[in-house]
Amino acid sequence: MNRLSWFNTVSLTLGFAFLYIPMVILVIFSFNASKLVTVWAGFSTKWYGELLGNEAFLDAAWVTLKVAVLSSSIATVLGTMAAYVLVRGGRFLGRTLFSGMIYAPLVMPEVITGLSLLLLFIGIGLDRGVLTIVLAHTTFSMCYVSVVVSSRLVTFDKSLEEAALDLGCSPAQAFRLVTLPIIAPAVISGWLLAFTLSLDDLVIASFTAGPSSTTLPIKIFSAVRLGVSPEINALSTVMISIVTVGVIAASLVSKRSMVRQQKDEQEAARAQ
Amino acid sequence: MQSTVFTPWEDPDAKPLIRFQNVTKRFGTFTAIDDLSLDIYEREFFALLGPSGCGKTTMMRMLGGFETPTEGRIELAGKDIVGVPPNKRAVNMMFQSYALFPHLSVWDNIAFGLRRDKRPKAEIEARVAEMLKLTRLEKFAGRKPHQISGGQRQRVALARSLAKAPKLLLLDEPLGALDAKLRQDTQFELMDIQEKTGTTFVIVTHDQEEAMTVASRVAVMDEGKLIQVATPDRIYESPANVYVADFIGDVNIIEGRATPGEDDTYAIDWAEGEVPLQATSATRFDKGQTCYLAIRPEKVTISTDRPEGAVNAVQGKVLDIAYLGNLSTYHVELPSGMVIKAQTANTRRISRRSFTWEDPVWLSWTVTGGVLLAG
Amino acid sequence: MRRFLLIAVPYFWLLALFLVPFVIVFKISLSDIALAIPPYTPTLDFSAGWAGVRAFFSALDFENFTWLTQDDLYWKAYLSSLWIALISTAITLAVGYPIAYAMARAPEEWRPTLMMLVILPFWTSFLIRVYAWMGILSQEGFLNQFLMWLGIINEPLTILNTNTAVYIGIVYTYLPFMILPIYAALDRLDESLIEAAEDLGCSRLSAFWLVTVPLSRNGIAAGSFLVFIPALGEFVIPSLLGGSGTLMIGKVLWEEFFSNRDWPVASAVAIILLAILVIPIVLFQRNQQKQAEAEQ
Repeated sequence: MNRLSWFNTVSLTLGFAFLYIPMVILVIFSFNASKLVTVWAGFSTKWYGELLGNEAFLDAAWVTLKVAVLSSSIATVLGTMAAYVLVRGGRFLGRTLFSGMIYAPLVMPEVITGLSLLLLFIGIGLDRGVLTIVLAHTTFSMCYVSVVVSSRLVTFDKSLEEAALDLGCSPAQAFRLVTLPIIAPAVISGWLLAFTLSLDDLVIASFTAGPSSTTLPIKIFSAVRLGVSPEINALSTVMISIVTVGVIAASLVSKRSMVRQQKDEQEAARAQ
Repeated sequence: MQSTVFTPWEDPDAKPLIRFQNVTKRFGTFTAIDDLSLDIYEREFFALLGPSGCGKTTMMRMLGGFETPTEGRIELAGKDIVGVPPNKRAVNMMFQSYALFPHLSVWDNIAFGLRRDKRPKAEIEARVAEMLKLTRLEKFAGRKPHQISGGQRQRVALARSLAKAPKLLLLDEPLGALDAKLRQDTQFELMDIQEKTGTTFVIVTHDQEEAMTVASRVAVMDEGKLIQVATPDRIYESPANVYVADFIGDVNIIEGRATPGEDDTYAIDWAEGEVPLQATSATRFDKGQTCYLAIRPEKVTISTDRPEGAVNAVQGKVLDIAYLGNLSTYHVELPSGMVIKAQTANTRRISRRSFTWEDPVWLSWTVTGGVLLAG
Repeated sequence: MRRFLLIAVPYFWLLALFLVPFVIVFKISLSDIALAIPPYTPTLDFSAGWAGVRAFFSALDFENFTWLTQDDLYWKAYLSSLWIALISTAITLAVGYPIAYAMARAPEEWRPTLMMLVILPFWTSFLIRVYAWMGILSQEGFLNQFLMWLGIINEPLTILNTNTAVYIGIVYTYLPFMILPIYAALDRLDESLIEAAEDLGCSRLSAFWLVTVPLSRNGIAAGSFLVFIPALGEFVIPSLLGGSGTLMIGKVLWEEFFSNRDWPVASAVAIILLAILVIPIVLFQRNQQKQAEAEQ
């Protein structure tokens, strides 16, 4: 019944073509034999081989991964706490300031966040390196985590927690045994968001990284500034594939659990 | 002035405002409306009644121009309107959800249709004021839809759809979102407004009480077909079949076999070893034909002793009593296991309750108390 | 005690790593450049006691801000950033609205997939998505090859390293931020409102302008802010796709800091940028609040 008009079909086609064609071209030309990225000269995987042999890229990738895992994990803990405080914390001194500090980094230009953190690290004499990047990434990504988790907490039925308390849980137990399992999907997506934000970040990392701790985006950026290179295409393809597989898998898992839940509900209804 | 009862459908010369001619509507393989013909006359308050999925909403949406029939013709004042888009029809609709524009005030909502016609400003203002007065909304003209109550929203929707003075107003479950008490008041208000404006109303509802209250004629629908089209009293007292009898109000259905007697009277064998029941019927039944006797609970009298000279009387024991305030309904179980409902009016405020659970009682009704149906 | 810790840990983290750094930026914006480590004066010297603090405050001034108004590079950069952000927001809206509209009208069973397709680019690296356009927009890039093959142009256009490339880059990378809020607003739109408008005499097109657009304006506003705010301080897109003529404040700040090593001026640039951003951010917050209230 609900068929698309030609206008809507055209919008969708053009829209998705615009979103995806650049990436498709990027992927195709990562398999180009030529050094020139705009002229096709036959299929080759040599750029992937070269990528594997490039120590600098591999080192940077390792640093990036370390930073992303550490910062997203700390950010998830802090962000979940912050979300809980915002939604359930009640009144406390400086609550407005607190919620302001949660939301401000979301709209803050990265150059400003990066600059201010760098000035802080220099001011307190902290040497720039993996630690400073982790601190910086944790700070802005915890805000994203807290927004994701608090939007789930707002719709969370408070009486579930009250029931747990009524049945003898301490507040900490109630959180661990009831609240956390239920908000877990939001916490996990918060972690994933923090993880990708950290993987992606160029500007803040550029300010807070030391000479010994170059991350992958910094490396890519300095290479790309000089022009297009097939090796970067190969690297991009690897990153795009990982993300694509991850997102599709995640959506399949969530779809399957939804289908299962629906089926269970139907069966339960029939069993009555 | 001559005061005649309003019955244009009995006048062979009357021209219908709306005419459905062999209309069929299919959605894929599903047939929503099945070869249906129907006439609706000017100034009628016509109700389409049926359970959900019976096709009543599809009928209305075809009148509004939101669906086109797969086959057949729909005429409005003698002109075929199939293919005319909704904005070009002298038909307006009041939506079930009211569909009030949340970004516009009550006043602007009512003026919306008038503005589309590019009418002069003064005329629009006068017409909106008139509509506000008609629906008693003068005080709320400046409010947004979410700032008024459900009953007021309903009246805004009505005012908005009436503002353009359509030939025909369609009302899709207009009272469905209101609570019971408000619904009753609003029903009378609707009738009042219909009478004042002289507009033809077609209402879609699944609530039989609502249809009976407001409508001049009711069409009972099921599975895309019209089962019966008649005035409310005829629908109630002479239903066309068991489906209609069962759908409208409460009814006892007794299955049996007919034996023709004198003066359209039939004897109905309904249970082993019981005296046959007596009922009259204008339709003919053959000997031994399966028939159904439909008796409304209020036509059944309940008593301790067998009433003198009762044509139809059966004995049973009280199973359940439902006290409804103005009425009491008794569920009486017959020896065969069948349960018959009988209703009595509680006309006295304090009276000893005559019957209680497990009491043996007699149920009786007259020869014309029930309707004999073929199926 | 537990509650105290729960509040205190994220609170102090943000105080130390978000608020304090800002105070420092503000302070440095009032300082002077110096050939030292750190490269600015004055520095707070507690060993001198109360006099040191007083000396510190008396050395702060608004010199850098005066400088920003004197050198027309800066205000030109601010104006051009505002202009670029504004134009690209408008283009993103024009591109994103039809897509969001078509998604909301698509069959129910397609919608999760369409949503995923819109969100997927958001998860892929921003840098890579900008980089992808470098190969497309260059002189010998795919766009020029394609247009010449079609016969529309005879000579390659110069697109890369111009403002046009910056517009394309911003529209491309921020498109999902525009589509999602508009889609959310259109998805909630009750179909019977459109039918009611048509019933009352609207054509398809006028029903769209009179009902659909006003009722999706919260989504339009949210999407526009989500594009405009980050675009204003954008650094990666102008430095990869823009040319030497592309003036954007994020890039100026970066260069002031890394190339000129003038930290006080960089800080002053940041403070002004923030002051400019306060207006759209406050408007955005208000829009979000209004929307949240409307939903209740």
